[in-house]
Amino acid sequence: MYNEEASMVLLARAAQRDRIKRAWYRFSRHKLSIVGLIMVLSIVFIAIFAPYVAPYPEHAGPYVDFGSACEPPSLAHPFGTDAMGRDILSRVFFAFRDALLMGIVVLIIVVPIGSTVGLIGGYFEGKWFSTLIMRITDVFLAIPPLVLALAIAALLRPTLLNSMMAVSVSWWPWYARLVYGMTISLKNEPFVKAAELQGMNKFKIMFSEILPNHLGPILTKMTLDMGWVILTGASLSFVGLGEQPPTPALGTMVSDGAKYLPTYWWISVFPALMIVVIILAFNLLGDGVREMLTSGE
Amino acid sequence: MQTILKVQNLKKYFPTKKKGVYVKAVDEISFDIFEQDVFALVGESGSGKSTTAYTVVGMYEPTSGKIFYKNFDISYGVDKRPLKLKQEIQIVFQDPGTSLNPSKTVLQIIGAPLTIHKKLRGKSLIEEVLKLLEMVELPSDYLYKLPRDIGGGEKQLIAIARALAPQPSFIVLDEPTSALDVSIQAKIIKTLLRLKEELKLTYLFITHDLSLVRNISNRIAIMYLGKIVEQGPTDRIFSDPAHPYTQMLLSSIPVLTKDEEALKPKHIESTGEIPSPVNVPPGCPFHTRCPFAKQICREKEPPYVEIEPGRIVRCHLFSNGTDGSSKDEEEVQTWS
Repeated sequence: MYNEEASMVLLARAAQRDRIKRAWYRFSRHKLSIVGLIMVLSIVFIAIFAPYVAPYPEHAGPYVDFGSACEPPSLAHPFGTDAMGRDILSRVFFAFRDALLMGIVVLIIVVPIGSTVGLIGGYFEGKWFSTLIMRITDVFLAIPPLVLALAIAALLRPTLLNSMMAVSVSWWPWYARLVYGMTISLKNEPFVKAAELQGMNKFKIMFSEILPNHLGPILTKMTLDMGWVILTGASLSFVGLGEQPPTPALGTMVSDGAKYLPTYWWISVFPALMIVVIILAFNLLGDGVREMLTSGE
Repeated sequence: MQTILKVQNLKKYFPTKKKGVYVKAVDEISFDIFEQDVFALVGESGSGKSTTAYTVVGMYEPTSGKIFYKNFDISYGVDKRPLKLKQEIQIVFQDPGTSLNPSKTVLQIIGAPLTIHKKLRGKSLIEEVLKLLEMVELPSDYLYKLPRDIGGGEKQLIAIARALAPQPSFIVLDEPTSALDVSIQAKIIKTLLRLKEELKLTYLFITHDLSLVRNISNRIAIMYLGKIVEQGPTDRIFSDPAHPYTQMLLSSIPVLTKDEEALKPKHIESTGEIPSPVNVPPGCPFHTRCPFAKQICREKEPPYVEIEPGRIVRCHLFSNGTDGSSKDEEEVQTWS
């Protein structure tokens, strides 16, 4: 008995290892996915260890040194300094923290809500409550996310948390729509019918039979969305609706520097460039994730 | 012989986009299935055989008519059926590629009905699934495989194991071999027949393959456009097909040798295609393809005539007299 049980456990582990190996193979076939992965990992690393990585950690706070204001990029200040004499590179590193937090929190709120709405809407397609919730979703979809987020953020006090809420409200319908479409195409598949005929309860059918088949597209969209959510967050902070100074935020830094363009171009160009780098990193990674989860099966 | 499933005047119409126009998928059919029999429902695609199967298992609710399982009225959808009934009646679908959840392991797939009906978990669940795998002659290391790692025939065996899991007494087999390679079909059929003997099961076997039916079923019903045109014991239908449609089907079975050719009824050319069930021809629905069609066939629906005990035919050629008289028999001989 002991042997049999042990061999079963080994079997399960071997099957798992095999699947991970093959997934990694599909992911790593494209070199750009690896580049994306390395970029994302570096950004995460920098964000976590910002106080140790940044050359001037104290510049992330209320620090003023007018003596070295608006210095161009140099060895001491690779991205130059801003109008208060703060090192832009250090501030960008610290800004990564809120940017990533923004993306993660928004997705943690948005994905479960959107997926649940989409699952219920899709599985019970044709019933009145399904029509109702999907029409509500359509109303949200009709408004561009940035406009909706701006409108909501303008109503609330400008804090990081409120800007996260604003982006979340405008973001969930996209997941609802995605999951809705996929659920409709799956709900008449024989394997769902088989579960129904066995007498499995509807809740379990939706979340345990149908949802796991959507994980590929959902994870892919999440990775790609990280970049876009961060951009939307930066747009909010650009117009002053996000994190307030002196805490560094990429959007705020770009808008602050805009006053000094084109003479002191580095003040806004480098933070803007970092936004581009973040979006690019998550897009490359997202393509790899798509490749890993959907092809070769 | 105990009747296990009784279908009475079963009708299943589907509404179309046009108001008042229905697809008459199943139209007033009746048949009985006896315990431990293999009852074959044969027909071309679009004849309503799968709809009949799905109505029996509860995927569709009948438009009218009754279905009895062991004298228990089950003529309603699966949501209203008690759990015990869902355990008793199982189905194996045609394509194992879509009937197994691609994101579940074999253990989870076969285990699902066991957790629902037997409340098994953990170790006892694994043990039971291993027993089921053994029953369908699959090795135990399939436990943690995903459907995509397994061949088509083996997938169908897993679908069969899943159907067996709740220990049913009645299984609907919806063309269980037609999506598989010929080389695997025989193995699946053999396994199904062995399991039927071992577990005393009753099968409702849906197929379009008459030659397959001959070897496995006790009784046959042949469907055409939602109606059963002929039903009876397998050997009688093969040795002496009564309905022109049955003759047409039998004579279009491909054969290899002259001896086999001689066994077949006189060749009737298969002409035309099955008409759309939205637009069923008036009178006998088969008259558009029937070589013996008479004026009455185009006007009046033929009645069900019992030409032998347990053998019912729906054709005007047998209803000339008031009942199945000798005159009919003569006519049979002239054209068969």
